[in-house]
Amino acid sequence: MGSIFRSEEVCLVQLFLQSGSAYNCVSELGELGLVEFRDLNPNVNAFQRKFVSEVRRCEELEKTFSPLRPPSPMPPAPQPRELITIEEESERLARELKEVKMKQHRLRSWKTTACLITAKISASGRAHFYEFLLRFTRSHSPSTYLLLSFVAGVVHPWKVPSFERLLWRACRGYIIVDFREMEEPLEHPDTGEMVQWTVFLISFWGDQMGQKVKKICDCFHTQTFAYPETTAEREEILQGLQGRIEDIKSVLRQTETYLQQLLVRAVAILPEWKVKVQKCKAIQMVLNLCSPSVTDKCLIAEAWCPTGKLPELQSALREGGRKSGSGVDSFYNRLPSSTPPPTLFPLNSFTAGFQNIVDAYGVASYREVNPALYTIITFPFLFAVMFGDVGHGLLMSLAALWMVLEEKDPKLKNNTNEIWRMMFGGRYLILLMGLFSIYTGAIYNECFSRGITTFNSAWSVGPMFENNIWNSSVLGGNQDLSMDPNVTGVFSSPYPFGIDPVWSLATNKLTFLNSYKMKMSVIIGIIHMTFGVCLSFFNYCVFLVLIPELLFMLCLFGYLVFMVVFKWIVYTPARSREAPSILIHFIDMFLFMTNADNPQLYEGQVGAAVQLPVMSLDLTPCCFYCNNKVVITASSLSLWLLVCLRLHFLRPLVADEGSVNARQGDVEGGDAEEEEFDAADVFMHQAIHTIEYCLGCVSNTASYLRLWALSLAHAQLSEVLWGMVLRLALRWKGYVGSAVLFVIFFFFAVLTVSILLIMEGLSAFLHALRLHCSFSSIVQLVDLLKKKKKKKISFL
Amino acid sequence: MVSHSLALPMICFTALWGLVGVVAPFLVPKGPNRGPTQLMLDSLLFSWLIAILAQANPLFGPQLKNETIWYLRYFWE
Repeated sequence: MGSIFRSEEVCLVQLFLQSGSAYNCVSELGELGLVEFRDLNPNVNAFQRKFVSEVRRCEELEKTFSPLRPPSPMPPAPQPRELITIEEESERLARELKEVKMKQHRLRSWKTTACLITAKISASGRAHFYEFLLRFTRSHSPSTYLLLSFVAGVVHPWKVPSFERLLWRACRGYIIVDFREMEEPLEHPDTGEMVQWTVFLISFWGDQMGQKVKKICDCFHTQTFAYPETTAEREEILQGLQGRIEDIKSVLRQTETYLQQLLVRAVAILPEWKVKVQKCKAIQMVLNLCSPSVTDKCLIAEAWCPTGKLPELQSALREGGRKSGSGVDSFYNRLPSSTPPPTLFPLNSFTAGFQNIVDAYGVASYREVNPALYTIITFPFLFAVMFGDVGHGLLMSLAALWMVLEEKDPKLKNNTNEIWRMMFGGRYLILLMGLFSIYTGAIYNECFSRGITTFNSAWSVGPMFENNIWNSSVLGGNQDLSMDPNVTGVFSSPYPFGIDPVWSLATNKLTFLNSYKMKMSVIIGIIHMTFGVCLSFFNYCVFLVLIPELLFMLCLFGYLVFMVVFKWIVYTPARSREAPSILIHFIDMFLFMTNADNPQLYEGQVGAAVQLPVMSLDLTPCCFYCNNKVVITASSLSLWLLVCLRLHFLRPLVADEGSVNARQGDVEGGDAEEEEFDAADVFMHQAIHTIEYCLGCVSNTASYLRLWALSLAHAQLSEVLWGMVLRLALRWKGYVGSAVLFVIFFFFAVLTVSILLIMEGLSAFLHALRLHCSFSSIVQLVDLLKKKKKKKISFL
Repeated sequence: MVSHSLALPMICFTALWGLVGVVAPFLVPKGPNRGPTQLMLDSLLFSWLIAILAQANPLFGPQLKNETIWYLRYFWE
């Protein structure tokens, strides 16, 4: 029998896997996701394990696949022969891709160079002038030997000003430089970005000048080309280059098409390969955990398996044996286990979110009561008490409902954004929180901080006027007036559902609401904690240990709840003048004092106030409080009794004997218990637990007041938002008013969602989580001496 | 607020919550969801009960501005 209330029954099985069919059996078990394998070779280094070479092979394949990231199908694990095929094909594919990419890169750089040369040559309009100059100088001064040379190249456009300046300074006017920008941008050969190069043409005379110019050009990383002297040469080169550019372009196009084809083929087949290799690697790693038997004919594995699923285990082993074609079947054998098995909870997508919340405090031990079952209701309820508003709750529920209805959508499911994953994972939680918030919002009578008058209000102003307590002069003279519930007719009967709408109009609204919410928080807290104590009874399975704890809780805090409810019921408005203060009474009870100014709540209260703490505190030595020797003796005896009871029924487990197949001391020995029963240690431990429980009760009761604090904060925030943002727009009239309302509503909506929903929602979530941690600390056994790591079952 | 006829809603609600909070938990079908469903019904009952008990015997009344009083006099009655 397994349920989420307690974890499933799990037993230890020993599997005998035939060597031939081991791979297939483990594959079948993996598909079913039934078992958790134990490591039988804990002392063996990772590099010395039996199947380490196969694991490494799989890892190499994964590295080859890593550049591509396609969607994932679910094929079964491949056979070893298939793996070899995958290996070969993937290597071939990777090689081809690399080659194609290299060729593409080379072609691109050739194309760039060719284009540059073309551009330079064709943009040399100015060159005609130089040519003329050349011819002129040659013709008019045959004696002077003026050799006009040219250097042409391209330079990065950002470097042009400094290039020009440097040339001028270095060559002192003995050169003529001409810059022209290219029409279309071309790829930079090194970085690959598109740059609009600038073509330059330098004409100079003299050898020294030429060297200087060349050095400067090198300095600026320009690409220089030989410049042909005559027009005819230029035309020839131009045509040749243009033809070459066309050729390169067509070759590039073909290369790109081929690359496209390769990639398409890869994308089609790659996802399957990826999953297959992952499964293969996982299987090999599990096989590494097994130990070879003496005869080496079969592998022996130990695993944890839920008791209810043992038949499935057997059929999986049989299936694996059949697939590998071996004649002998693998089988299993149930072992008695001395260490406690790991905890397994049968979860679905609904309950998983709540289990995560409880696990944040600590994973329950094997077969321990799991608070997660009730957390499904109490967590949203506590959240809603802090968040109560109909409008906000409605918005939250709608958002969560959308997420729940669209949960199959792959865009939502596979989004890797962490924050989105958290919200999407908790969609059922958010839905419940929203629904409960609508309810508590209805109780608090708040909808976007406005009250709703579903029924007629219980308070009426008329009788105040009829009895002439108020009239026009009184109204004129006083700004604020209080309604008196003692006057007949003013207050008829309590509002049937929730808080009366008249309170939202009152200036002393907070006085009433604070009193109501504080008392409500304390009552809810004490009920929640008592519920936790009762749940922990299922862990102890002994009624006797439950009684002192329950007694402590109820005598002190149950009495507080009683006083609160008593005062609510018994003290009518007529007796309002003599209503006692519960807080003072409670404090006085602890201090064993009486206050003459504070009237008694009921007859005999003084006596009760003395007896109850004694009854409850007689678990802890009262010597601080009382001088009565008899009381001290009685209290010490009770403490001793409690501790003895705990010692007897909560004795730690016997030491772990180790697994049958592992060598001595090989087993994960971290969980081994001590052999001796150290009496002083355990006594100390139980005494600490008692004190922790008592102090925990007091501090946790006080911490439930955060329910009041947060609901007050939420109510005030939404009121401020309404009053200071939306009301501005609602005061305008006419068409202008509607435009203003449109704009201001935008701000109102943005602030509502960001501050009130997201910020307040997260805050209330966090505080509800904190309260549940304190709840879990009451329910679960927390080992103070040794922090045992409780494992949850994890599957292949 | 013409006549203080809150008696009828009161009776209805008390009966409703008595049904929901006290009787219904026994009628929830036995299944794995029995515990949480009972808890939910009881939690709804308790929050309503606390709200109504807190208002049953008010020891002080609401303090209103004179404009509000005027408004209540003529519009709510």
